[in-house]
Amino acid sequence: MEDLSGGYPGRSVLNRISFRMEAGEFVGLLGPNGSGKTTLLLALSGVVPIESGKIEILRQPLASLKHRERACRMAVVAQETEVRFPFSCEEVVRMGRYPHQKRWQMESPVDSAVVQRALQLTDTETLADRLITAISGGEKQRVLMAKALAQETPVLLLDEATSAMDIHRKLQIFRVLKGLNQEQGLTILTVLHDINLAALFCGRLMLLKDGQIAADGPTRAVMTSEVLKKVYETDVLVQEIAQTGTRQVVFLP
Amino acid sequence: MREEAGKFGNGWRTDDPARPQSPSFPTLPGYSVAGLSCWLASALLLVLTAFLTSGIGAFDTPYDVIWRLWLSPFHPQWAEGIDERVRYIVIHVRLARVCLALTVGGALALAGAVYQSVLLNPLADPFTLGVSTGAAFGAALHLLIGWEGGHFLGMSTLPIAAFAGAVAALYLVYLLGRVDGRVHATTLVLAGIIVSTFLSAWIGLLKSLNEDSVSTIVFWIMGSLSAKGWLHVLLVLPYLAAGGALILFYARELDLLTLGDVQAQHLGVHVQQIRFRLMLAASLVTAAAVAVSGVIGFVGLVVPHLVRLAIGPHHRRLLPAVFLSGALLVLLSDTLARSLLPSGQELPVGVVTAILGGPFFCYLMLHRKKYLQL
Repeated sequence: MEDLSGGYPGRSVLNRISFRMEAGEFVGLLGPNGSGKTTLLLALSGVVPIESGKIEILRQPLASLKHRERACRMAVVAQETEVRFPFSCEEVVRMGRYPHQKRWQMESPVDSAVVQRALQLTDTETLADRLITAISGGEKQRVLMAKALAQETPVLLLDEATSAMDIHRKLQIFRVLKGLNQEQGLTILTVLHDINLAALFCGRLMLLKDGQIAADGPTRAVMTSEVLKKVYETDVLVQEIAQTGTRQVVFLP
Repeated sequence: MREEAGKFGNGWRTDDPARPQSPSFPTLPGYSVAGLSCWLASALLLVLTAFLTSGIGAFDTPYDVIWRLWLSPFHPQWAEGIDERVRYIVIHVRLARVCLALTVGGALALAGAVYQSVLLNPLADPFTLGVSTGAAFGAALHLLIGWEGGHFLGMSTLPIAAFAGAVAALYLVYLLGRVDGRVHATTLVLAGIIVSTFLSAWIGLLKSLNEDSVSTIVFWIMGSLSAKGWLHVLLVLPYLAAGGALILFYARELDLLTLGDVQAQHLGVHVQQIRFRLMLAASLVTAAAVAVSGVIGFVGLVVPHLVRLAIGPHHRRLLPAVFLSGALLVLLSDTLARSLLPSGQELPVGVVTAILGGPFFCYLMLHRKKYLQL
């Protein structure tokens, strides 16, 4: 993706952003509120039209892909998703198979196996028969994660996809994602607010500020008190944690 | 498309044991043996109701005569000895009216289900969105200008005029219902009622200009299936078939659209295009129904809700079930409308559906506030 500008009608959010992600990377996208993280993700997934610049995914221009082709390459778990119709959770996960199905084709054994596997990975099998309208926010996020995994795409974009989960579930989901990332080369770009969670799992961090990339690089290189102070305008303390071998951040009041 | 995922080396490798290699027996979700017998039972119920209701009316017709006449195309000798007048009433008055009630009811309920899913709006229905009144206005204008006999490719142009009215009204409602770029469930319905009231007034005016009686105004505004025949059934059918086919064609997309625009788009649905087509199809179906029956309210609101409660929101199952239930509801309402008054006079069928539908609308407003995003 190169030289991207974009935003909503009458309000430009992204300002000439350029970056490249290699297949198999696990990238955390961070930044203050309103810095353009969600807009960037929506632009990447083709929902928000871009004003200028171009986006390529797997070496093909995004604009030249049909909707289904795009959905076969890229799955998204969006922020704040409300499901208003009382589908069962399993039915919601099955919708993830849509881009792979031909119109009159009914669900094949491959589809059901993929759906079952996605339910297993996200530990949502027990929710399968419950209605999506009747479960908690954290549970819903797990179901939507399962839906995205059922899409079987090489690229996964997450926007605060674990924000409503408890810490145990967050770690569980991120461990699964890390596993898919390492074993099967799943490319992941995730928007996160929790910089410490990002530090634990992401190999590379991108910090966004005012619609521009403020810092981009391997997690250890980005996680310095100077960079974070500049982006968040808050004093920070960066500590090495020997047990995890990663850095963690404490924001000072 | 399925193989593409493997090509990029992601997801699950093809040697993954959890993944079957080739599809053997595709399963049909929602079309099991039990499901099939349910469909058969519903269709039988519909035929049975049609049979029972066609025996009700001012002119007494015994059921064995109706039965013999219905089957007379297969057993011509069964109809022998039956008075020609009775034959006319059973086949050309009662049966035609029953069929028209079924078609109109099915059409309105189907359109309602589509509007609710596409607009993510539980209050949407051809009537609350002003589409029905728009269609009635278009039809009334068509009649006033006097193209009554207008034909295009052998079909009457009346439904086309109704369709133009319906689309124009829907567009207007959509424009009015937008509040800073977002379409809110309640503002949309408010806009619908404004447009609908305004157009109702114009229908009244047009009809008065045409020196028609008050009853024809009531007909257009409250709906009626009185004095309709096979001609009207044939008028609706092609449009209903075309619109219905398009709606069923996009049944799976309708499921995805209920997740909201962004999610549907992420799943690979061309949201703008498909929503546009579905709205047009629903408006076409509504317009065809309104062109022959006037504005029958609330059918498209009540039926999809009840059916969704019973069998879930999965559109491949929901749409046919909604069609059958809507057909049944209007058939029963119409039977009430033509038999309720002791004097033998008829009520507009819209009166009956509104009396049934009004309280339901209140229930939605009172108990589903969260659902309505109030």
